[in-house]
Amino acid sequence: MTLYAFYFLSFLAVMGALMVVFSRNPVTSVIFLVMTFFTIACHYMLLNAQFLAAVHVIVYAGAIMVLFLYVIMLLNLNEAVEKQKTLLLKVAAIVTGGLFMIVLSAALRTAETSYIDTSVVGSARNLGKVLLNEYLLPFEAVSLLLLAAMTGAIMLARSRKRIKPAPNVVGMTHEREQTKTVVHEQ
Amino acid sequence: MTSFFIYKAILVVVVFGIMLMAAMYSTYLERKVAAFIQDRVGPNRAGPFGILQPLADGIKMFMKEEIIPEVANKTLFIVGPCIAMLTAIMAGVVIPWGGELVINGVPYVLQIIDFDFGLLYVFGVVSLGVYGIMIGGWASNNKFSLFGAIRASAQMISYEIAMGLSIIALIMMTGTLSLREIVEFQAGGTGSTWNFWNVVYQPLGFLLFLVCAFAECNRTPFDLPESETELVGGYHTEYSSMKLGFYLFAEYINMFISSAVISTLYFGGTNFPFMNDLGLSQNAITILGTLAFFIKIGFFVFFYMWIRWTLPRFRYDQLMYLGWRVLIPLAIANVAITGLVMILTDRI
Repeated sequence: MTLYAFYFLSFLAVMGALMVVFSRNPVTSVIFLVMTFFTIACHYMLLNAQFLAAVHVIVYAGAIMVLFLYVIMLLNLNEAVEKQKTLLLKVAAIVTGGLFMIVLSAALRTAETSYIDTSVVGSARNLGKVLLNEYLLPFEAVSLLLLAAMTGAIMLARSRKRIKPAPNVVGMTHEREQTKTVVHEQ
Repeated sequence: MTSFFIYKAILVVVVFGIMLMAAMYSTYLERKVAAFIQDRVGPNRAGPFGILQPLADGIKMFMKEEIIPEVANKTLFIVGPCIAMLTAIMAGVVIPWGGELVINGVPYVLQIIDFDFGLLYVFGVVSLGVYGIMIGGWASNNKFSLFGAIRASAQMISYEIAMGLSIIALIMMTGTLSLREIVEFQAGGTGSTWNFWNVVYQPLGFLLFLVCAFAECNRTPFDLPESETELVGGYHTEYSSMKLGFYLFAEYINMFISSAVISTLYFGGTNFPFMNDLGLSQNAITILGTLAFFIKIGFFVFFYMWIRWTLPRFRYDQLMYLGWRVLIPLAIANVAITGLVMILTDRI
């Protein structure tokens, strides 16, 4: 049962990821990316990491991708506007992709599978305890990093506003949100 | 094993049916409440007291001509309302509709799945709900629709943050993310020990959650995505026939679900006063509890309508101001105060 679920979800995830790349319309790409995130969250569930799955959906699919979609809608990117890539760019992309595949396959070949007690890990309670006891310092450092990123984004938005007043309110509110969702990511 | 599947399947179908019925009759109730508040009669032609009005409306919706605009993105135009409906219904999975029902010595829990992160699941589904509106609004290829979609997404993301923060104080108190455990935490009246509903301990948290729930459901005074004075019909301007019906239905299901979540989190869910003191059997308590739960849900659905016909709409900058500058600081203060009180009273 779990195995079939895994195959089905993997199929959906790979399909979604491919469609993100292949679809010509940016909005369709974003929607397939959301689907991919969702199936990956389901994979987390199969690995008994329910908290991670829920947070993955809330943060990535629910907040970040909405902002992506938001920007794409406002820019109104269409198939016609898309620029043709030059030959050099295409060759570079193929070489980079090939190198990445070599690294990935080398890493996976020597990887060892280890079994962990799934009744202990995964729940929000255990995760919270580990994060706030064992990994307290890295956790707080990450929070500081996100705070710094947020402050930086606000600074950028501020200075632009001083030079030229923003023409419409919609754009401004949007920028403010993008900075705030960084907090959400914690 | 098969009996387990059959019981779950029956439960899923029943919950699905109840949600659709609730959405149908919410439309009727909305018109009746509006009529009552505005001193009118309301729908009274179809059946006694107009009780068949939702059926008539449904038939009308199906019979209307279906129009897909020439310039619209056809696939996404159809996908939009489907996503809205799907995400609205998905949240019903984790709601604890009742306690344990013992039939022939086998306990049956009236809840489809009891995730131990049920609350996060609800948040995840709610956060996905915005895609239906955004995709539909964008695919219509209409300025008014796009404006509606943009307003909806900005509003929902903003209020999600305040909503999440308002719930943190409650999670700190109960120490769990499972909705069933939160309900059990509020179970009251066993002899001399008294447990009050969470709203007694978290009045500010409840108020914040309620305001955010209104915003998440796009209900007045936060219904700017479909404000007809400015945007014709908002994100569903181009929609007709049953696809429009899906959007309207999804809104009513969202209202129903959020009422259920509010009653579960802050008003004891399936608990009712003196439930363990009256000497009732387990099954009687469960059935009465489910009844009490639906009465609470009904009250909150009525409350949504009451507010709609009482308050006018916000302006958009006021809405953003309220979300970012008022609700979020208040929610953070609520978390801090709750933490302080918990430390002082040794309730950790």
